Amino acid sequence: MTYRLSFRSRLAALAGVLLTAMSVPALAAWEPTKTVEFIVPAGTGGGADQMARLIQSIIAKHNLMKQPMVVVNKGGGAGAEGFLDMKGAKGDPHKIVITLSNLFTTPLATGVPFNWKDLTPVRMMALDEFVLWVNSETPYKNAKEYVDAVKAGGANKFKMGGTGSKQEDQILTAAIEKQSGAKFTYIPYKGGGEVATQLVGKHVDSTVNNPIEAVAQWRAGSLRPLCVFDTQRMPYKEKVTKDMAWGDIPTCKEAGLDANYLMLRGIFMPGGATPDQVAYYVGVLEKVSQTPEWKKFIEEGAFNTTALKGKDYADWVAKNEQLHQNLMKEAGFLAK
Amino acid sequence: MDEARQEKAVGSLRLWEIVAALLFLAAGALVVYDSRRLGSTWGSDGPEAGYFPFYIGVIICIASVINLISALKPGAAGDKPFVTWEQLKMVLIVMVPYAVYVALIANPLYSLGIYEASVIFIAVFMRYLGKYTWLKIGAVSVGTVAAFFVMFEIWFKVPLPKGPIEALLGFQ
Amino acid sequence: MQEIQSLIGGFQVALSWFNLMLMLAGIILGVIIGVLPGLGGANGVAILLPLTFSMASQPGGTTSAIILLSCIYWGALFGGAITSILFNIPGEPWSVATTFDGYPLAQKGRPGAALTAAFTSSFVGALVAVLLITFMAPLVAKFALRFGPPEFFAVYLLTFCAFVGMSKGSPFKTIASMMLGFALAAVGTDTVTGQLRLTYGFMELLRGFDFLIAVIGLFGIGEILLTIEEGLEFKGAKAKLDMRVVLDTWKELPRYWLTSVRSSIVGCLMGIVPGGATPASFMSYGLAKKMSPDGPKFGTGMVEGVVAPETAAHAAGTSALLPMLTLGVPGSPTAAVLLGGLLIWGLQPGPLLFVEKPDFVWGLIASMYLGNIVGLIVVLTCVPLFAAILRVPFAIIAPVILVICAIGAYTVHSSMFDVWMMLVFGVMGYAFKKLDYPMAPLVLALVLGDSAENAFRQAMLGSQGDLRAFFSNALVGTITGLALLLLFWPLISKGLEIVRGRNGSNGQGA
Repeated sequence: MTYRLSFRSRLAALAGVLLTAMSVPALAAWEPTKTVEFIVPAGTGGGADQMARLIQSIIAKHNLMKQPMVVVNKGGGAGAEGFLDMKGAKGDPHKIVITLSNLFTTPLATGVPFNWKDLTPVRMMALDEFVLWVNSETPYKNAKEYVDAVKAGGANKFKMGGTGSKQEDQILTAAIEKQSGAKFTYIPYKGGGEVATQLVGKHVDSTVNNPIEAVAQWRAGSLRPLCVFDTQRMPYKEKVTKDMAWGDIPTCKEAGLDANYLMLRGIFMPGGATPDQVAYYVGVLEKVSQTPEWKKFIEEGAFNTTALKGKDYADWVAKNEQLHQNLMKEAGFLAK
Repeated sequence: MDEARQEKAVGSLRLWEIVAALLFLAAGALVVYDSRRLGSTWGSDGPEAGYFPFYIGVIICIASVINLISALKPGAAGDKPFVTWEQLKMVLIVMVPYAVYVALIANPLYSLGIYEASVIFIAVFMRYLGKYTWLKIGAVSVGTVAAFFVMFEIWFKVPLPKGPIEALLGFQ
Repeated sequence: MQEIQSLIGGFQVALSWFNLMLMLAGIILGVIIGVLPGLGGANGVAILLPLTFSMASQPGGTTSAIILLSCIYWGALFGGAITSILFNIPGEPWSVATTFDGYPLAQKGRPGAALTAAFTSSFVGALVAVLLITFMAPLVAKFALRFGPPEFFAVYLLTFCAFVGMSKGSPFKTIASMMLGFALAAVGTDTVTGQLRLTYGFMELLRGFDFLIAVIGLFGIGEILLTIEEGLEFKGAKAKLDMRVVLDTWKELPRYWLTSVRSSIVGCLMGIVPGGATPASFMSYGLAKKMSPDGPKFGTGMVEGVVAPETAAHAAGTSALLPMLTLGVPGSPTAAVLLGGLLIWGLQPGPLLFVEKPDFVWGLIASMYLGNIVGLIVVLTCVPLFAAILRVPFAIIAPVILVICAIGAYTVHSSMFDVWMMLVFGVMGYAFKKLDYPMAPLVLALVLGDSAENAFRQAMLGSQGDLRAFFSNALVGTITGLALLLLFWPLISKGLEIVRGRNGSNGQGA
């Protein structure tokens, strides 16, 4: 297949090639010129904070960025403080934020003027799983037995502990209630670790802790996982306790409780970021996700390893926003 | 004449007691008002979000009314001066520059950043209240601020508001 | 006595020149962090965390890494007292109660004595806590598990009851001040319902009023303004500046052994629960004031009034590491960052840590002993140096302090709004002092109000609004009972006196 090109079009092509040749290094050349602030819209010690600090440490250890990165916690107002800060930093390429579900839930529940569209999606790092836990001294061997007991016990007799109010844990609790007809008393605490401890101390009857929040107590034999709120089992086969791996936990659907929920652990930039700026951070984060430290962290925390970027990521976020809108509307959690 | 004026009190203790009580009353009212919006009753599963703030607001109001009444009661104690002109002058000599300093750190027009503003603030303070030579002033103000800069920006990586000079040096 | 063997093993791990150097570096860094308000232990630990990465990857390196980080923590605990005593500005929240007697002591010309008492009692508190961790860790961890929302509320109630009735002035001013503290604590997001409270649409108020900003303003700025009124100088400048003051103070300290013991117990309990070092220091100060024969003189510069809060704060700060290690629940923000560190190094805090990584755990415990000894030596040798700061002319030190206050207020949330709030609190502090409104109740309410309300409402959710939750078992019943006993103690002791008096007269009549 050959065809002749006119002089003009050849010239244009040449110019095009030249232009691309010139602009490619220019595109790749964007790099931070000062310290990058890594905002955590939550307090110290939580899941998002841990992941942010891990990413910071990995970047520092492997020298993935020329400029330093600092983690700044802005957890006031269920994360609204951090998100409003990002919204106000429109066009500032030296700020990134790690999100959790409060990206959706906080604006919906409180009416704070903020939407994820005020940000530029960079990359999804992982999804956090949710597991239904009970104290190991209770007789419930699977989710069905437990839910039946809750139903038999009568409304509000069983206590579900969770992190925060009208956030992921309570939304998931509402979803369980809707699916099963059971009725819990939801008790909000400040952090995931505290929730797990309260379950060990039998101050609540069950929790929907993320794996990493409860794994230590599970290994010590104080807690028992009943089911995971995902469409398929977790892929991790290595034994965590004497006889169980993360992969041995059945999905809740298998147990007759058709509810699933995953939490976003993703990175965003402020609105108005240019494609080359986004590309820079995507590049750094891709490298982070290749390190052995990251892989170990992901496996220990039994994360869902879905990682998205670009349009796929934005579409996923948009879809999830709709999902949260629906779930929260059903549960009556929307701001009036 | 000037001396007589300096000895004069700026309002009696009673006047300021009344002002304070009224401010407390206003604060209490604000708290009560917003608590009513949140729901201030004891629901089926314990107190609502506004329950405690509501009663806290009510107690503030009651306490401040009592404070107001006791301030209004005539008595020698209330006629004592709250602050003399001389004292107030001293306080203002510090507070006004301090407020200007905070405004200089960051404002919509032209922000100096915390470091430049601090150098100026320390220098002005030392010059007008300590009458030091400019050499000493320069050494203390620049030296202290440079130490803070190293500690916060470089050592602990706590970003503080920065101004034009840091920008020139490549810190932003 | 398996613990002793393990501990000796731990010392062998911790006692190397390299580790001792790390301890020294950590302590010095920590003291600096403790001195500067707004720069918390969490900052220092977080900044050094990446550095410890490469350390941790070497054999035995995790112990070195945790030694470095935990020594920053000890240093910060020591350092918080310095500015409280010298300038009435608490460098850390837990040293607020230290200002009550520490600052007047310094003004009386005894800054060295106040500093020595503070550092020494910090050390004593830490030592008791470490002993507790060494020998009773598993037992203590089980105890901590028994704390649910009703128990937490009872503990907060106990703190309040230990502290109220302190101030002499008008009771209605005390009430107004304390309630204002509660109201300020309520501003922001409500944890239980997620609603925004008392923000009136101001987004800056979302995160609420931070305790440190209020304290820097009320105590620090307010005090500077009061000082200025009297003329441009700090009192207490004539302090003696040699090491003798340390020995002289040491001679005085054994007199307060009862206060030390009581404060250590309070501190350890509050650290384990985990209620935190700040409420521990308040509770301990309140108890000492109520129980000491010198109680009425508290607030005028009593050494005992420095011993009580400092012992408790350090005991609580140290024992707060126990729930972190055994349960994975951090007792303080700093502990939370340390916890993050453990996870990143591949250690899993939790009940199995003692079994799976005994070298690490016992190395850490040994470093607690060593780190605190190193810390004590460092800060005590610096006592004359610290006290000498008061000799710096006012026109130099005052602007520097004001700058530090502004930086401190800014760093809490990286917000200029907070700096302005600090100014407002400063003016408020000045007016409060002049008009005899007590500030301590406001600060206590601000620091505990939110947690106390949360615990109360969590408990009510759990019991479906039944108040009997606070007497539902022996533990919570005892704490609540103690709190009520303390609250009504003045009435009860009066009643006892009357009864005793009548008995006496009866005896005579018969």
